[in-house]
Amino acid sequence: MADTIKVDPKDKPRIGVFVCHCGTNIGGFVDVKSVAEYAKTLPDVIYATDNLYTCAEDGLVSIREGIRKHNLNRIIVASCTPRTHAPLFQATCESAGLNKYLFTFVNIREHCSWVHMKEREKGTTKARDLIRMGVARARLLIPQEEQRVDVEPSGVVIGGGVAGMTAALSLADMGFPVHLVEREAELGGFVKNLNNLYVTEKSATDTIKPLIEKTKAHKNVKLHLGSQMKSVEGFIGNYEIVIGAKGAEDIKAKVGTIIVATGALEYVPEGLYGYNQYPNVVTLTEFEILCKKKALPKMKNVAIIQCAGSRGQVKTYCSRVCCNVAIKNAINIVDNYDNMLGLAEQLGTVIEKVPVEQKVPEEIIERRRRRRGRERGEEGEADEVKLGPSEKIEVTVFNRDIMAYGVEHELTYNKAREKRVKFVRYTTDHLPRVYMEGNQLTVGYFHETLKLERTMPVDMVILSTPLVAQPDAGDLSQMLKVPLGQEGFFLEAHVKLRPVDFATDGIFVCGTCRGPADITEAVTQASAAASRAAIPMAKGYVQAEALTSVVDENKCSGCGTCIQVCPYGALRKSEKGLAEVIVAACKGCGCCGATCPEGAITMTNYTDAQLLAEAKAALQEEV
Amino acid sequence: MAENVQHAIAQKKDEPAGANEWEPKIIGFLCNWCSYAGADLCGVSRYQYPTNVRAVRVMCSTRISPHIVLELFTAGADGILVGGCHLNDCHYITGNFYTEKRLRLMKKLLEDAGIEPQRLRLEWVSASEGEKFSKIVTEFTEQVKKLGPSKVKKDAALKTRASAADGASQTFRLRALVGKELGLEKTGNVYGQKLDQTELEKLIDAATKDEFERSLILELSKQKARSVKELGQIMDVPTDKVLRHIVVLRQKNMIAMEHPDGLTPTYKAIEIGGEQ
Repeated sequence: MADTIKVDPKDKPRIGVFVCHCGTNIGGFVDVKSVAEYAKTLPDVIYATDNLYTCAEDGLVSIREGIRKHNLNRIIVASCTPRTHAPLFQATCESAGLNKYLFTFVNIREHCSWVHMKEREKGTTKARDLIRMGVARARLLIPQEEQRVDVEPSGVVIGGGVAGMTAALSLADMGFPVHLVEREAELGGFVKNLNNLYVTEKSATDTIKPLIEKTKAHKNVKLHLGSQMKSVEGFIGNYEIVIGAKGAEDIKAKVGTIIVATGALEYVPEGLYGYNQYPNVVTLTEFEILCKKKALPKMKNVAIIQCAGSRGQVKTYCSRVCCNVAIKNAINIVDNYDNMLGLAEQLGTVIEKVPVEQKVPEEIIERRRRRRGRERGEEGEADEVKLGPSEKIEVTVFNRDIMAYGVEHELTYNKAREKRVKFVRYTTDHLPRVYMEGNQLTVGYFHETLKLERTMPVDMVILSTPLVAQPDAGDLSQMLKVPLGQEGFFLEAHVKLRPVDFATDGIFVCGTCRGPADITEAVTQASAAASRAAIPMAKGYVQAEALTSVVDENKCSGCGTCIQVCPYGALRKSEKGLAEVIVAACKGCGCCGATCPEGAITMTNYTDAQLLAEAKAALQEEV
Repeated sequence: MAENVQHAIAQKKDEPAGANEWEPKIIGFLCNWCSYAGADLCGVSRYQYPTNVRAVRVMCSTRISPHIVLELFTAGADGILVGGCHLNDCHYITGNFYTEKRLRLMKKLLEDAGIEPQRLRLEWVSASEGEKFSKIVTEFTEQVKKLGPSKVKKDAALKTRASAADGASQTFRLRALVGKELGLEKTGNVYGQKLDQTELEKLIDAATKDEFERSLILELSKQKARSVKELGQIMDVPTDKVLRHIVVLRQKNMIAMEHPDGLTPTYKAIEIGGEQ
């Protein structure tokens, strides 16, 4: 690395322009030599040349030599797109001792030679214009220093479900103290209510028990049960959080990173398929609870209706987990029905659990009473009681299509078929209907193969409703200044490349609060979020790109409009009552700059003067 | 057959003239994350488009203040294209919602100044919409060609009006109003009242007209001291309204009264020390 070249903003710019042929990618459609010659005529351009490939080693050497031999203090490369190659050329400038913010990229490939392949003359004129614009910008660039911000090596995880516990434990195992905030009185989240889990078919409670115990015992995990986040202030590395519990004093803490793992709820299918209208129409989770409590009513026929309220019916999305849960439940009913059957007395409590007792018609209550009596052997047909063995149970899964993706799920699906679980397809044109035929709960459906309306008497209908966002996710989203997507789930920074990051540095997301996911996926995401959060904490600092807002205190009147428009909370009122930029939190979008009523805010590297000079150079007639 | 040949010859004859044909100068402000990337993809995919757009990369379309656009129109730009991410897809979360609000103000000011608002265009182009970018540029270039060269360079009166629009765009009142517009609609004012978009737009439009007229008075009286009557005639605004504007400008110490002939008061803009 060469010695740092000191560039004073007042120094006369000495610009070097390197025009790239990119083989024939540019050279084949633009007269590169003439463009380089033209560049020499522009103000403050000391040196201009053309390279076959500026990004190749000899091209980079020519930049370094240019800086050394001609004392260049601004470098322009006219070649491809800055989106891919800027870091390379900036590093080259730095290796020659030149501040990387004195580099300007001019795109004459994607924005010129490749889109004007049949217009050599006009394309060449445009390339000249673009370089003239680059020179106008380069003349106004000044060196920038990147700021270092210390990062507090501790975190907070919001939500004590499987994702939250996994994330907290990962960080704790790495040696970082973690606050784990759970609003309920116990850990376990959504999963703690479930009966058994798919693929393993093991008990949910047993599965998460070790996780809960380890979380409770870990010396680096500070548990806050029955607590909620009250406020969050600050930015990456320096968050001041307040955790509040009912009837207890608020706890204040300083943390470096935040992981959001607040989970999801099950959609309550009010008004769909007779839910809350007829007895024994239950949601997936309600069914799991019945199984877990060994409180299933006597059943011969069970209908499971998939996509109840999802995929366009109420919510737009597919809830991802329900197909496999339905298959698992179908197998579970066939295999273990006898073990989960409630005592006749319990049956009563089961039906009372359906929260609409008052809406249930009198005749049904009467029927229920009679059935109870029957089961006690007071009356009723003897053969029905004899039907005991579980293979007599018929399970029908009404589905739009079964998404048993991946390696294990298809096998489980096949297993269900072998156990004679019926899969009946329906289309959105012919949704199944749930109604009472006399005293009999019935599913009416359109048989897609026979093209006939059919009916099926059933004893229970299980509705596979989607996971939905927490209704109060918006409050947390505002507190943390991170976005929610259309459906109210937290929105990651990039759907493919940054799935557990928020766009705001230092805040991460995992589990079902960012969309439906099963336990495997929630654990994967939680581990990922923890390792992402650990990066700045292990490093101990973050380097803020020098692409931020700057407030001119002489112009600022302290009106606070910039604070309102900043999506990152990167501006605050200083002690003087004026706007102040939190450099570590600022992303450099420029919204505050374009908003500031006093014109007191500008962006480093994207000042009004630079943008106007660049654009106005395009309007000039060629010189 | 003969007709085709004749047509071909006629076309050939046109070509040399076509080469010297006026080509509009269009500035394209493209956001780094979506529209600039979309333009990159357009190149990678080799979709061809006219050579008139000169792209300026900004991190977010929200960076483009009305002042930047209006100063460029004052400087004679034939067209300006602002490209951002699709709404709700902004890399900076809410940036482009502000862009949308600002574009509305810019268009309003262009209209007030007498410049065709169609010369300014806002488009959402995602990083995957390469073909869309080429279509937009082709279409917009055609549109600007139809409007003809910017008249600002040849028409001094229009240039004055353009400067006035630029000046108005930099006033505290308009910048604050447009900056707070989204917040007033979405989260409400300090009393928690959400304001209706149409009502708010009416309010902003009225303020825009006022500020433009005041700014134009300043521009005109910068050139020389002018009487209220003269200003009213040039601006085509009733004299009582001009006088009201002048009262406000005098309160702000931006304009001074002179009595050159001892009878009719004239006004001259105070160029330095003006406090907004």
